[in-house]
Amino acid sequence: MKRIKSLKCRECGSEYPLEPIHVCEYCFGPLEVEYDYDVLSELVTPEKVAQGPPSLWRYYDMLPIDSPIEECVDLGAGFTPLTKAERLGERLGLNRLYIKNDTLNPTWSFKDRVVSVAVTKAKEFGFDVAACASTGNLANSLAAHAAKAGMRCFVFVPSNIELNKVVGSLIYSPQLIAVEGDFDEVNRLCIEVASNYRWAFVNINIRPYYSEGSKTIAFEVLEQLGWRAPDHIIVPVASGSLLIKVWKGIKECHRIGLIDSIPTKVHAAQASGCAPVVNAFKSGATTVRPVKPQTIAKSIAIGNPADGIYALRALRESGGTAEDVTDDEIVEAIKLLAETEGIWAETAGGVTVAVLKKLVEQGVIKKDELTVALITGAGIKTVEAVADSLCQPIRIKPKLKAFEEALRCLTT
Amino acid sequence: MAVHRYHLTFPKELVTEPIIYYLGKNFNVITNIRRANVDQDGGWVDLEIEGDEEEIERAIESLRQKGVGVDPIERQVIE
Repeated sequence: MKRIKSLKCRECGSEYPLEPIHVCEYCFGPLEVEYDYDVLSELVTPEKVAQGPPSLWRYYDMLPIDSPIEECVDLGAGFTPLTKAERLGERLGLNRLYIKNDTLNPTWSFKDRVVSVAVTKAKEFGFDVAACASTGNLANSLAAHAAKAGMRCFVFVPSNIELNKVVGSLIYSPQLIAVEGDFDEVNRLCIEVASNYRWAFVNINIRPYYSEGSKTIAFEVLEQLGWRAPDHIIVPVASGSLLIKVWKGIKECHRIGLIDSIPTKVHAAQASGCAPVVNAFKSGATTVRPVKPQTIAKSIAIGNPADGIYALRALRESGGTAEDVTDDEIVEAIKLLAETEGIWAETAGGVTVAVLKKLVEQGVIKKDELTVALITGAGIKTVEAVADSLCQPIRIKPKLKAFEEALRCLTT
Repeated sequence: MAVHRYHLTFPKELVTEPIIYYLGKNFNVITNIRRANVDQDGGWVDLEIEGDEEEIERAIESLRQKGVGVDPIERQVIE
């Protein structure tokens, strides 16, 4: 029996063969990978998972990949630490707070999960070229994984962005295409290129497979908690894909018997300068009105999120909520996480922690509830967000007396 | 003849206007709504447009001029 059945339209339910396609021909709804959960129930056990590699590929059976596990494109993404956050918990008033630390992925963000799956699938489909439009985490991750896979890689960016934004990609020698236009124009061009060239655009024609990689962050949280689901999980929202896949991952584990129950409320975290999903949730809407992003949390600043309405559904189905936070709150939260737990998160992580703080203050999350915050990228990627708000070094002469003088000032 | 797929977003003030009707009337394009959700506060329409490339471009430009949000069906893929 095959564990992966088909691609299925999220809206009208039309089924398609497992090909590099992403939109339903009838209703233009997005396509989703369908599994045979009876087969998965037989195949996946806690013991088998525990014997797997210390990477996201330990959940191979629950990913849409046919190649043997040895052929998967693997830089070691996933199986990142789930750290009990005692000191941050104390500051926020939580006794059972955990941080899922995805800053420790090969290119320092959770994108390595989705890209690892996407590039593996692209190779399986026989593509020679992997491509994406991104200036950030996705481009870094794709360039690295394409290098490992020996594929040509094209990264599209607007021509006016600063060079240092793309160094983290250029080091892996992709073809960098600087497009004379803004983000929207680059976006439209990439969608056109994707339909004219037989290339694997990881988040366009490979998207149904790519996004499945996000489930592994949920699988890991459940496994690391001893195969139980937390009471709360806080997820930063950009396109909404991560949030819906976290929810899908939790439900899949329940369906195949890896966990007994789902007490989990999934909460969405956005920056106030780009909060279309939070706005829609708070107003009770079923559709998401696009906004023009204006926030320091650039990695999650998507004004017209493709999976926004599905994220809303997942929030409501799980009984979760949605909150947004200002840029100042984001910076404060980045610093709070760093000084209490030793984890330097990028701005998206600041959004998660600031929203967590807010939800505790609102009484949504109670003191003894098991809570997990997803920290999806490392702070080194957004140095400029915090650089100006950090304390300055103390300058002294190279004399013990001068040091002691400085020390006195510090302790008084 | 080309066929393109778009996700249109309507602000509240455009909900009462027969915008897609005029698209077919003012330009030589065939429109086909595949999915939509519109209420008194605005909404969206997933639309297929068939016609010559240039005519489609003119039709799309007229939508943008009116204040309709026009995105590819995939929407924003830059992350």
